[in-house]
Amino acid sequence: MNPSEPLGQLQKPVVAVPSLAQVGREPKTGVGSAILRKIRDTHPRSSRVPDAVFGVIILLSAISVFAIVVLVAWELIDKSRMSLHQFGIGFFYGHDWDPVNGAFGAVPFIYGTLVSSFLALLLAVPASIGVAVFVTEMCPLRLRAIISFLVELLAAIPSVIYGLWGIFVLAPLLREYVEPFLARTLGWTGFFTGPMYGLGMLAAGIIMAIMVVPVIASITREVMTAVPQNQREAVLALGATRWEMIRMGVLRNARIGIVGGIILGLGRALGETMAVTMVIGNRPEVARSLFAPGYTMASVIANEFTEATGDLYLSALVEIGLALFIVTLVVNALARLLVWSITGGTARVRG
Amino acid sequence: MANSASTPAPQAVSLGRRFANQGATAFAVSAAILVLVPLLAIFGYLVIKGIGSVNLAFLTQTPKPPGEVGGGMANAIVGTGLILAVASLIGLPLGIGSGIYLAEYGRNRFGDLIRFTADVLNGVPSIVIGIAAYSLVVVPQKHFSAFSGGIALGIMMIPTIARATEEMLLMVPNVVREAAYGLGIPKWRTTLSISLRTASAGVITGCMLAFARVAGETAPLLFTAFGNQFWNLKLNQPTAALSLQVFTYAISPYDDWHKQAWAGALILIFLIVVAVAAVRIVTSRGMLKGGA
Repeated sequence: MNPSEPLGQLQKPVVAVPSLAQVGREPKTGVGSAILRKIRDTHPRSSRVPDAVFGVIILLSAISVFAIVVLVAWELIDKSRMSLHQFGIGFFYGHDWDPVNGAFGAVPFIYGTLVSSFLALLLAVPASIGVAVFVTEMCPLRLRAIISFLVELLAAIPSVIYGLWGIFVLAPLLREYVEPFLARTLGWTGFFTGPMYGLGMLAAGIIMAIMVVPVIASITREVMTAVPQNQREAVLALGATRWEMIRMGVLRNARIGIVGGIILGLGRALGETMAVTMVIGNRPEVARSLFAPGYTMASVIANEFTEATGDLYLSALVEIGLALFIVTLVVNALARLLVWSITGGTARVRG
Repeated sequence: MANSASTPAPQAVSLGRRFANQGATAFAVSAAILVLVPLLAIFGYLVIKGIGSVNLAFLTQTPKPPGEVGGGMANAIVGTGLILAVASLIGLPLGIGSGIYLAEYGRNRFGDLIRFTADVLNGVPSIVIGIAAYSLVVVPQKHFSAFSGGIALGIMMIPTIARATEEMLLMVPNVVREAAYGLGIPKWRTTLSISLRTASAGVITGCMLAFARVAGETAPLLFTAFGNQFWNLKLNQPTAALSLQVFTYAISPYDDWHKQAWAGALILIFLIVVAVAAVRIVTSRGMLKGGA
């Protein structure tokens, strides 16, 4: 058969395409079965050149993903070289950030990033697991899709809108009601003292908690769904209550994936920029009180990058970016490995 | 086991266990409510505070100088469109291309590497992508531009699209490919006209999700697109974007600008929600699951 002939007629696929609902139920076997390879080997010669060209184009676009990450890393290292040479490791334990006098120490930013992120996780983790448990194990089927859609919608709200809401709604609320209450009841801990601005570490932590809930909740839901149904049935058959079933049959099996989701949420929190910049108060100080303004690594870049006068100042900011890049790289790599170990490598993880 | 099976009447669940069960249920329900409250609050405030300032002037005029009342964000709306167009031109082909590679060629070590790199790229903070775009494009060009902003956002689209495309292509059964090969159709044609076409609904979903995700991004635009108070349609000039404008106005000291920030945010989220809702409709039409 001349292979060039039937091509003209194949504008519309002659192959019966199965209904897409059926497609999803097919077992996922890797593309490239023995039959495919055999067909390809006996394939007419005329299509080898276009196939090779197509293969190269596709390969190049795949390589581009890798190249972009390498290029980003290289640019960060290259542009922060001056600061790396000047300050060495001392950059990461210097307390002073005074660009005018040439003092660049990253401690206030590292502290602000860590404290705000952990505060966010502290609030978000129980809420996310609660939502995931509710959606997968408790709520009526009809409500399930709606609630997971609404939680996903939280992830679709741009960071800058969270910031806007934080400045004009959350901060006044904190200043007028929440912070006075916390100061009265928990002031003795030292975490809730000092002047109440509304804007500060606490506001940043709360805003970020809202933002990472969808990340942790969707992954927790995914890994909980991946737990086989017979695990649940087995625990129930032993006379367990629903909570015992969830705890022993589901959460215990899914725990590695849930930890992965939490770490992924941490990665998101560490790199979060706009909302935090707008509500954290932007003061490079290390304060124990959560009412006090702080500063994070991402926000100092956002605020000062375009105003950085002098190469050393710019270089120091890029070095903070480099540190942020490396930390999120490690955190994300760890999280992916944990989540993959539960759902298998092909599951897509959105973060 | 045998002993317990011989006692026929099941024992009543003890009070403590029942209490724990109800406590856990209450906790999960209240967590769900607690998470939905901020969502409603954000949307509520957006509509209440934003709708009053959305008017024809807002949609057709450029910003007034500080202190003057009035003006709008027309240039920012157009600027956002311009930047997103550049981003899509970069993100769509590269994302779909690498997705095809991962599904059709990449069931090997190298594919795993790319898959992992894509997931890692997805987690890189947007501000860091912004720095990279700044030093790769803005510094050599010597000025801020819509083009550099588009590159930053385009890079951010790639991993999401690639992984969605891969996932959807893997759902296309091998039988379909084998049938195509059996008819003498070359691999490139099979991939594009048969596999990709079969998976198109899911791929489109992935692309729209990626688009929605970068549409509201601000951080990478701060030092790439930079913002502009005037009309600009040139790719190599500083360009206004809705998200940037909302940020600038929100942290400004002017009441009128605060109102405009709410209006800008409302327009921005309106455009994004329309995209996400369209995604939901496409997926709920009984097409491929798993895309949203």
